[in-house]
Amino acid sequence: MQTKNSHFPFMKFKWLYLGFSLLLIIPGLFSLIFYGLKLSIDFTGGTLLEIQSQSPIDEGKLKEISHSQNIDIVSLQTSAENTYIIRSKEISQEQNEKFKTGLSQIGQEVTEKRFETVGPVIGSELTRKSFLAVIVASVFIVVYISWSFREIPKPYSPWKFGASAVIALLHDVVILTGLFSILGHFYGVEIDALFITAVLTVIGFSVHDTIVVFDRVRENLPRMLKMPFEQVVDYSLTETLARSLNTSVGVILTLTALLLFGGETIRWFIVALLVGIISGTYSSIFNASPILVLWESKKNHLK
Amino acid sequence: MRTRLLYIAVILFCLIMNMPPVLSIAGRSFYRPNVNLNLLGRPFVRDLNFHLGLDLQGGTHLVYQVDTSKIPEGSQSQAVMSAKNNIEKRVNLLGVSESLVQTSVVGKDYRLIIELPGVKDVNQAINIIGQTAQLEFRLPAVATPSSIADFSPTDLSGADLRLAQVQFDSTANQTAGAPTVGLEFTPQGAEKFAKITRGNIGKIVAIFLDEQLLMAPVVQTEISDGKAVITGNFTLEQAKNLTIQLNAGALPVPIKIIEQRNIGATLGSQSIIKSLFAGVVGFVLILLFMVAIYGVKGILADIALVIYVFLSMAIFKLIPVTLTMAGIAGFILSVGMAVDANILIFERIKEEIRWGRPMRAALELGFHRAWTSVRDSNASSLITALILFWFGSGSVRGFALTLTVGILVSLFTSITITRSLVRTVYANKK
Repeated sequence: MQTKNSHFPFMKFKWLYLGFSLLLIIPGLFSLIFYGLKLSIDFTGGTLLEIQSQSPIDEGKLKEISHSQNIDIVSLQTSAENTYIIRSKEISQEQNEKFKTGLSQIGQEVTEKRFETVGPVIGSELTRKSFLAVIVASVFIVVYISWSFREIPKPYSPWKFGASAVIALLHDVVILTGLFSILGHFYGVEIDALFITAVLTVIGFSVHDTIVVFDRVRENLPRMLKMPFEQVVDYSLTETLARSLNTSVGVILTLTALLLFGGETIRWFIVALLVGIISGTYSSIFNASPILVLWESKKNHLK
Repeated sequence: MRTRLLYIAVILFCLIMNMPPVLSIAGRSFYRPNVNLNLLGRPFVRDLNFHLGLDLQGGTHLVYQVDTSKIPEGSQSQAVMSAKNNIEKRVNLLGVSESLVQTSVVGKDYRLIIELPGVKDVNQAINIIGQTAQLEFRLPAVATPSSIADFSPTDLSGADLRLAQVQFDSTANQTAGAPTVGLEFTPQGAEKFAKITRGNIGKIVAIFLDEQLLMAPVVQTEISDGKAVITGNFTLEQAKNLTIQLNAGALPVPIKIIEQRNIGATLGSQSIIKSLFAGVVGFVLILLFMVAIYGVKGILADIALVIYVFLSMAIFKLIPVTLTMAGIAGFILSVGMAVDANILIFERIKEEIRWGRPMRAALELGFHRAWTSVRDSNASSLITALILFWFGSGSVRGFALTLTVGILVSLFTSITITRSLVRTVYANKK
C-alpha cells in the first residue's frame, strides 16, 4: 500500500545528536552547580518594592531612610529612569508607607509601581509544589503514552516509548534551567512562579512534538516488521519532519511577536517559552528517537 | 444541512458574545445582551465583559493566614467560612467592585485570598480587613476600676447591632463637630441595653473594641430606644472604618498577612496595549504562514482560526476567566498551537495524495488518520495544563485556564470546522 520513498538515515548520527545535547547541557549544569539559581521572592519570601521618583534619589539617603524603618535592603536596582527596585526582607504595608513618607520628607515624591511581600511559608510551598508539578507531569505523561501505545507489536515496550519521551522533556527542563542559571548569574534574571509555568508549558509542548514522531513509528511498525527498528524510525522521522518543524514554527512565530512587541513584565517568561520550545523541537527529533532506538534495537524482532 | 446550521449557530454566538456593549448601525443602536439563565436551579449571570486580573487593572492581592488555634478541631472550617463572609461584607462596604475573597486549605493551614482590583488606599483596606472588631460592653467588677481586668462582660455585644453609622458630635462642648459612631441595636439588643443602663445609673459602662478600652461613659439615665453613640477622638477615616467593621460583624478568628502584592494601574494598561499589538502581529503571521504553506487549505484553516479566536474569547467571558498578563500570553501562544492539528492533518493529506489516493479520499483519510497523533499530542498538553492549574495560584492559573480552553476549542475548530469547510470547498473535485 505504501510506496517506500527515500528516507534520510537520521539514526546513523545518533551519537552526534546526543553529543550536541550534552555540549549544550554542560555549561548550564556547571552554572547550576557553581552559581545556582537566582530565586525571586516567590520562592525565598521577602519584599519587592518598585518606586518611581521625579528626580534621581541619592542611594545613601535611600538606604538611610530604609534603615530607620528597619528595612533590610538585600539589593537595590534601577530598572528604568528614576525607577528603583528594592528587594528586602519581608516588610509590612505600614513600614512601606513610612518609608515613602520618609522619602517625601527629603523632597522625593515617589509613586509606587509594585509592592510585593511574600511570607516564608508561601515561598517554601512554591518550591515544593514546583518540584512536585514537574514530577507529576512526567509521571502522567509516561503513563498516558504507555497507555496510548499499548497495542504496538511485541517485543517493543510501550513503557520505553513513554520513558524516552520523558527523558527528552527532562533534557529541555535541564537546558532551560541551566540557561536561566547563567542568565541569573550574569544578568540578574530571577526564577519566579512564571518560570515554573514556562517549564511546565514546555514539557507539554516537547511531548507534543515527540508524539508526532512516535505516532508514526507506531503506525509504521506493523507494516515494516521486516525492517530493523532503526530503519523504521528513520522512515518515520523523514515522513514527519515537515510537520514537526511546521507546528513549532507556528508557536515560535507567535512567541517572537510577543517577545518583540509584548510587555516588559513577561519578557523573561516569553524567553523561557521560546528557548524551551526550540529545545523541545530539537529533543523530540534528536533525543527521544535515538534513545528509543538505543533501547529497543538491542532486541531486534528479526532474530 | 445540519453542519451548516451548526456553523451559523457558532458564528452568531461568537458575534453576539464579542460585540461591543452598544453597537450603532445606521442610527439604530443594538445592545449586547446579558446572560441571565437558570441552570438546574442555579443562577448563571454574566455581563459579558472581560474580567481583567490585578496585574492588568492594578490593585492589591492579599493572602491571610487564619489563626484557628483557639477554635476546636471540628468547627474550624466553619469559623473560616464565617470569617470569609464577614470579610466579603467589609470589602463590599469598602466599595471595591469586583473584589474577590476565597478560602484555601494548605495542609492544616487555612488561608484567605483577597483580591481588591483598583483599590486606591491599600493601607485603609488592610486596616479594615485585618481587625477582628469584637465590640463588647463591660461593667466594672470593682468600685474603682484601675485596669482592664477590673471589668466583667455583659451579654450585649457587636452581634446585637442593627446598624452603625458615622455621626458628628452635636453637643455644645469642645468636641462639637467631631466624628462619632452612632450605634443602633436590634430589638433584643435594645432590651439588653435598656436592662444594663437601668441597673447601672450613675455607674460606668465600658465599651471595648478588640480587648481595648474605647470609652467608659457614666450612665446618666436608662436608654430604652436602643441607640448609643461612641466618641473616641476618632478621625473621620477611623470612624468610617469602625462603622464598616461593626456593620460587617466581628471576625470569629484572628488573621495575619502572609502575602501581599500591590500593582500600580499604569503598568497594567501599558501591558494590555503592548500584548494586544503583539497578539495581532502573531495572529497575522500565523494566517500568512498557513496560506504560504498550504494554499487554499491554509485559507480554510485560517477561517477556522478566526472562529477559534472569537469562540475562545466568548468562552473566557462565559466561564468567566480572569485575564492576567500571563493569561493573555497563554492565549496568544494557543493561537500558535491551534493550527497544530491542521498542520498534522494537511501534511497527512499531502502524504495520502503522494501515495496515490484520489483527492476526495485523501482529504477524508487525512482527517481520519491524523487523529491519533492529534489526540495524543493534545492530551499531553492538556495534562500539563491541568497540572499547572492545580499547581498555580492567580496569574499561573489564568495562564493554565486560557491554555486549557484554547486546546479544547482548537480541537473543535481545527477538526470539525476545518473538515466541513474542506468538504464544502472540495465537493466537486475528484
